[in-house]
Amino acid sequence: MSQPLDPKQAITEAFGDALESAEEFRGELTLVVKAENIIEVATYLRDGEGLKYNLLSDMAVIDYFPAEPRFGVCYHMYSMAFNRRLRIKVMWSDGDAPIPSVTGIWPSANWEEREAYDMMGILFSGHPYLKRVLMPDDWQGFPQRKDYPLGYETVQFSFNYDEIAKHKPFAKK
Amino acid sequence: MGVSSKLGNLGVVTTKLEDAVNWGRTRAMWPMLFGLACCAIEMMSTQAPYYDASRFGMELMRASPRQADLMIVAGRVSRKMAPVLRQLYDQMPEPKWVLAMGDCCSCGGVFNNYAIVQGVDEIVPVDVYVAGCPPRPEQLIHGFMTLHEKVKEMKWYEWAGK
Repeated sequence: MSQPLDPKQAITEAFGDALESAEEFRGELTLVVKAENIIEVATYLRDGEGLKYNLLSDMAVIDYFPAEPRFGVCYHMYSMAFNRRLRIKVMWSDGDAPIPSVTGIWPSANWEEREAYDMMGILFSGHPYLKRVLMPDDWQGFPQRKDYPLGYETVQFSFNYDEIAKHKPFAKK
Repeated sequence: MGVSSKLGNLGVVTTKLEDAVNWGRTRAMWPMLFGLACCAIEMMSTQAPYYDASRFGMELMRASPRQADLMIVAGRVSRKMAPVLRQLYDQMPEPKWVLAMGDCCSCGGVFNNYAIVQGVDEIVPVDVYVAGCPPRPEQLIHGFMTLHEKVKEMKWYEWAGK
């Protein structure tokens, strides 16, 4: 088995300007790469000698509202060969070109990207079936965005019981 | 003058048809499997030997709505689940009852947000609400007995459709 490579150094050597920034916090390495390069970077990280990040363990999206670019799409990957983890982040805003889908590299990204679309409205190009996965198909808006209203309803207590019951839509037989 | 005192040596029992039918209905209610969240764990416990819901004629949960006449909605109902719940309710044959188990499906509970229906009574007509988060099996059995009291009060002209 080959020796493990430093992922930051390996990506810088292989792709150069695809890497925007890198940050290490408490032993967790985060590499921010450009959205248009995510396919090459992800393929190299999965297959490259000394890297072998063969499991996409999770995907997450951060909403930095009101900062721009607004969203950080994080790919958490795990290397079974070397027992170590890596986070790749792609910055994205509404109106940008859709992020290329990594479904062809890790099939488990299918539902993860659907969830990112459903909850945050991130668009992916080349995804086989980019539909809502948690919310109903006809849902309006993306509920986990910071500017999405929580949808609070007035609680029915004894002092306002009649007032609420008057306009509550009770079911008919 | 109860039925037992009339037994004597007569060998005949007289009662009202309403009472006989309603008694039969209370003693053989078939609940439908509708566990949606943690309340379902308490519902399973109610079925299990320690609390033993079969004392009330409901030892079997039916997976098919066509074999059930009591829907125990156990847990929070999301807006995506709501049409499914209503469809299953519509598939149950008359007579049918609904028991809302727990705070979440009674009034929304702690989930006061966009994703959860604020009370399952917006979708199906509820007969008995059981409070608790989740209610203990004793509370659910008390809900059953409250429903039995309601069924025993039914008149013959309500039988075709409540």
